[in-house]
Amino acid sequence: MEILVCAKRVPDTSENEIQLDARGNDIERDDLVYSINEPDNYAVEEALQIVAKVGGSVTVVTVGGEDDEEILRREMAMGAKHGVLIADEAFSGSDGKGIATILKAYIQKNHFDLILTGVQAEDGAAQVGGMVAALLAYPFASLVNSIEVLDGRKLKISREIAGGNREMNEIDLPCVLSIQTGINEPRYVGMRGIRQVQSVEIPTFGASELGLGPGTVGEAAAKVKRVNYFVPAAGKGAEILKGSREANIDKLVELLKAKGGLQ
Amino acid sequence: MPRIFAYVEHQGGVPDECAVELAAAGKKIDPAALPTAVVTGWGRDLDAVCQTLRAFYTEVWKIANEALAYPNAELVRKALVDALPPYSIVLIPHAHFGTDLGPGLSIKLNSTFVPDVVAIEGIEGPYLRVVRQEFGGQLSAHFRCDIFSGAVINIRPGAFKPGDSAPLDGTIIDKSAEVGVLAAGRRYLDTIAAESGDVDIKKYPVLVSVGRGIQEKDNVAIAEELAEAMGAAVSCSRPVVDAKWLPKSRQVGSSGQTVKPKVYMACGISGSFQHLAGLKGSPFIVAINKNPKAPIFQVADVGIVDDILEFLPELTEKVKA
Repeated sequence: MEILVCAKRVPDTSENEIQLDARGNDIERDDLVYSINEPDNYAVEEALQIVAKVGGSVTVVTVGGEDDEEILRREMAMGAKHGVLIADEAFSGSDGKGIATILKAYIQKNHFDLILTGVQAEDGAAQVGGMVAALLAYPFASLVNSIEVLDGRKLKISREIAGGNREMNEIDLPCVLSIQTGINEPRYVGMRGIRQVQSVEIPTFGASELGLGPGTVGEAAAKVKRVNYFVPAAGKGAEILKGSREANIDKLVELLKAKGGLQ
Repeated sequence: MPRIFAYVEHQGGVPDECAVELAAAGKKIDPAALPTAVVTGWGRDLDAVCQTLRAFYTEVWKIANEALAYPNAELVRKALVDALPPYSIVLIPHAHFGTDLGPGLSIKLNSTFVPDVVAIEGIEGPYLRVVRQEFGGQLSAHFRCDIFSGAVINIRPGAFKPGDSAPLDGTIIDKSAEVGVLAAGRRYLDTIAAESGDVDIKKYPVLVSVGRGIQEKDNVAIAEELAEAMGAAVSCSRPVVDAKWLPKSRQVGSSGQTVKPKVYMACGISGSFQHLAGLKGSPFIVAINKNPKAPIFQVADVGIVDDILEFLPELTEKVKA
């Protein structure tokens, strides 16, 4: 099975405090730690496990710039056979539909049986996978937390739904699935593995190779535009204890007793 | 102004509680609008839902089709594309079903998709101005959206409070005949219920809940010691289950358990909206997190900026003393 995983390099929110920059319309990016979007890493692991069972190969693609090659190499060190970078000045300012349109153009120039994305990225939009599927007229399922390959070009999948229940579906290939975290345990990647793929050439495609004319993607085509970032207001009742650790513990124990948390 | 529709989910003949929130969100887009509810399904359950919705919507569009007895988003999408007029604005809750339906629906309607909206500031020239959250809720952002040739807008559950208004006496309009044959490359099989675990966290009035900040499996014992001293149970957020440090039955959130404790100790939990959706009944929330920007501090009653791996053992000693 030929599997494509669409991945994105994002600021790692577990490693960073995200701060506004001085002008307030972007985040302070200078000292950020970036990594692969966590759900995308689960998607790559799932693709590798499927290929280990039924054969085929895994390609990881990202839409971005030169800096994004690092996540492609990381996923190649995990076992992905190919990394592909899609980069062009004309792509900057794309909204979700723009990114989906770019990925659709790449997918149509190749042959993939299965396309995976992570369930969402740092913007929490959860939109590109469903859009790519609709643009290609492929079936789609979101929040997928198990995949079993059946005979006859079909998969049996489960979707995570409310309350931890699982919705079982059968889905025809080719299809697009968005992968939920926790579906597997992604393998560890060491520095050595990354060094081994350091010199592998990563093919790069731009607007002309993909046949994307001006105005179809990028800022000109974007219908959804971010104006600025701002810090959300703190809740009304939030009281931050600012004493020493010992004083905070004393105060907390007092509060817990008053609120029924301690006898 | 394009016509505004609210897609209402339902189960067992009862509309989802977001039904009134979508009506409130529609009013934020256009105070003069009378949003229309759209409901898909089959049989008596569908009829019961439509009847209930008459109190909240002046028009309720009913789409009855045996293929829609279970809400398979791929089939619902086809039904909506057949039934909705051009340039519609469609509001959908941003949850398990909405992320399945919304993005693809926007493509098929050739309209704009606006995901996970937490506030609507209104029309500004030719645009709708909305607020979204990014970076797990650490920052908010204003967006300008071109919705005048139609849009699918996914609305964050719980973000829009319905106003006090007298019950309406809406009309049910049957649109079933406008929907063609429904078939899709994805077929619903069945639903597997979540496994019950060793400890029922719903039964405890006090929960010591751990998140990514617990850092490794062996550290869960630190929370267990505090919970034991407090007569509480240990619950957790999603990353702890993903890492297999605690079983799924301990997870609080929209994809886990819904709990109603008196006191909730959020330890090293960032506070995503999916996590907070599992917390009902206005508990007293204590947040302990070393990141002062963690969104959990926006909803907590008391916050402490500290490392839980050092703070919790000292708290346990104090509680035991």
